[in-house]
Amino acid sequence: MKRFNKVMSLVMVSAMAASLFVGCGNADAPADNAAPEANNEAAAPEAAEAENGDAASGTFKIGGIGPTTGSAAVYGLAVQNAAQLAVDEINAAGGINGVSIEFKFEDDECDAEKSVNAYNTLKDWGMQMLMGTVTSGCSVAVAEKTSADNMFQLTPSGSSVDCVKYDNAFRVCFSDPNQGAASAQYIGDNSVASTVAVIYDSSDIYSSGIYEKFVSEAANQPFEIVSAEAFTADNKTDFSVQLQKAKDAGAELVFLPIYYTEASLILSQASTMGYEPIFFGCDGLDGILNVENFDTSLAEGVMLLTPFAADAEDELTQKFVTAYKEKFGDTPNQFAADAYDAIYAIKAAGEKAGITPDMDMSAMCEAMKPAMTEITLDGLTGVGMTWDASGEPNKAPKAVKITDGVYTAM
Amino acid sequence: MSFISYLINGISLGSVYAIIALGYTMVYGIAKMLNFAHGDVIMVGSFAVFTIVSTLSLPPILGILVAVVVCTILGMAIERVAYKPLRNAASPLAVLITAIGVSYLLQNVALLIFGANTKSFTSVVTISPLKLADGQLMISGETIVTIIAGIVIMICLTLFVNKSKAGQAMLAVSEDKGAAQLMGINVNGTIALTFAIGSALAAIAGVLLCSAYPSLTPYTGAMPGIKAFVAAVFGGIGSIPGAMIGGILLGIIEILGKAYISSQMADAIVFAVLIIVLLVKPTGILGKNIQEKV
Repeated sequence: MKRFNKVMSLVMVSAMAASLFVGCGNADAPADNAAPEANNEAAAPEAAEAENGDAASGTFKIGGIGPTTGSAAVYGLAVQNAAQLAVDEINAAGGINGVSIEFKFEDDECDAEKSVNAYNTLKDWGMQMLMGTVTSGCSVAVAEKTSADNMFQLTPSGSSVDCVKYDNAFRVCFSDPNQGAASAQYIGDNSVASTVAVIYDSSDIYSSGIYEKFVSEAANQPFEIVSAEAFTADNKTDFSVQLQKAKDAGAELVFLPIYYTEASLILSQASTMGYEPIFFGCDGLDGILNVENFDTSLAEGVMLLTPFAADAEDELTQKFVTAYKEKFGDTPNQFAADAYDAIYAIKAAGEKAGITPDMDMSAMCEAMKPAMTEITLDGLTGVGMTWDASGEPNKAPKAVKITDGVYTAM
Repeated sequence: MSFISYLINGISLGSVYAIIALGYTMVYGIAKMLNFAHGDVIMVGSFAVFTIVSTLSLPPILGILVAVVVCTILGMAIERVAYKPLRNAASPLAVLITAIGVSYLLQNVALLIFGANTKSFTSVVTISPLKLADGQLMISGETIVTIIAGIVIMICLTLFVNKSKAGQAMLAVSEDKGAAQLMGINVNGTIALTFAIGSALAAIAGVLLCSAYPSLTPYTGAMPGIKAFVAAVFGGIGSIPGAMIGGILLGIIEILGKAYISSQMADAIVFAVLIIVLLVKPTGILGKNIQEKV
């Protein structure tokens, strides 16, 4: 028996070890395969002296952090591409206060620890302001660092409450609670349904944040939540139970405050079991139509709250979508739009504050903080966007519906 | 009625675990090593089918054949490069850690080749679902095929191991490598054959996994792989029918736990049951007691 016990304990230890590793992708692939090429000739000579963060070089150094590999790479790549597009446009038009921008993007694989490492790498490079990070969990971790360093931080898409809890941090997207409340209001105001079921990811701060606010706002709305079922990161292939419960409870609408990978499975499993409610989601559902080989007829009629629809008719959106498609061969999603707006918000606030490249990061942050609350930006994700000192944006929520396989503004 | 419906869902999830667990238990039973890369070989098999069927628009049967060939070669290559040199290492941990390394290697190579975007897998099963009780209950075609495939594989493996000459060699190697070699058995060849069969099973498991849950990413195999490993231990690792029973029981426990206790706690329940079973019967449901040789 002795040997057997040894084998068994080995088995258990290894199972635990392996389950620790599951889910955290470990790619060592270089993330900065495209972005750093933007260094223009002016930046090159200063590169050597930009070692300890307070570089007196003749460019603004803006860093970006997000997942360009791993399961959330769609978001990180969109942010990286769109931010680069905005930086190139601004540089071509003369930069911020006549000074051009250098932009460098680091991969964090959607892992908080790697995100902090990426932040330190960028600081070594001489970063003066941070446009990031892309995902909530990483953004919260990095916010601790930027707050300690007093570095100006603007996250395009970090939507959890704690992303902007310090006064140096702002965001472009809605916070999770705001999305939850806005979804509940939208469903109530437009009488989309009277019985609602929720399926959410209890292991994810984004999903559970929206869920909580949705439930508390639903109390004030003319619909009833008949079923609320969770799943976790380690248990996200089979949704038959959650759907069965929603169906048995007679839900007309299923609210999905989750990401599109799981949502695509939910849609296909609901269709297999012959359950056809209205599905309503938040910005995490954006991207569902880009799932390769996905049967888009399953997503027909899915509604989602999103600040950006690539088919919108306005001139700014059309110009951005065309330029993005030309350069990256892909239709931009709302993460791209958030990042594009983030770079332009930094430009607007930077001009308001009159920042110069020789300021150190702390002085720059002090100048940017009040300036952010004074600007008004007409961006891709909202017209007349303003910010308050808490770091939250003020803009109107928009919803889109998937019709004939494309997002249609409602 | 809803209980029966949950039970059917449990069996269909369990059948997927079972078919993956067969590959795990086969390799463990013969080579006495835990191939943690098994889940990722499944993922490679699924990507092979995806490429053939969805990207190149060739018939599914060709896709499955290609996947089996790709996975067999991959399994043998992994064994030759990463496991064989460590087979006689001082610590059995070395080969276990290499297996985890291979698992990450496969995930990241797949990430480089196919990207992180989720791909939607087109089911290769065309059987229409079985409707019972006026359509209240539904057993999907994938479930039927997975269970039948699981049983067929289970019977074939058992017959192969017990009746064929190569199977007998496998049994001998699993009992005592040194003695088997002295009796003229090609130990390296036998272990390579084990990996080839295990990986071919992984390809079939991958096809069925992705047909039942049609979402394909480089991480698709990881979690089902772990769960199937648990199923194999649950049923008695090394035992071929044990893997089948363990897998299906695990699926049923998971779904019923989700339905009647808490949907958040599904995994906690599954692993609590595992701990209890192992405390009561340390070798798993069908595991044999191993006598310590003096």
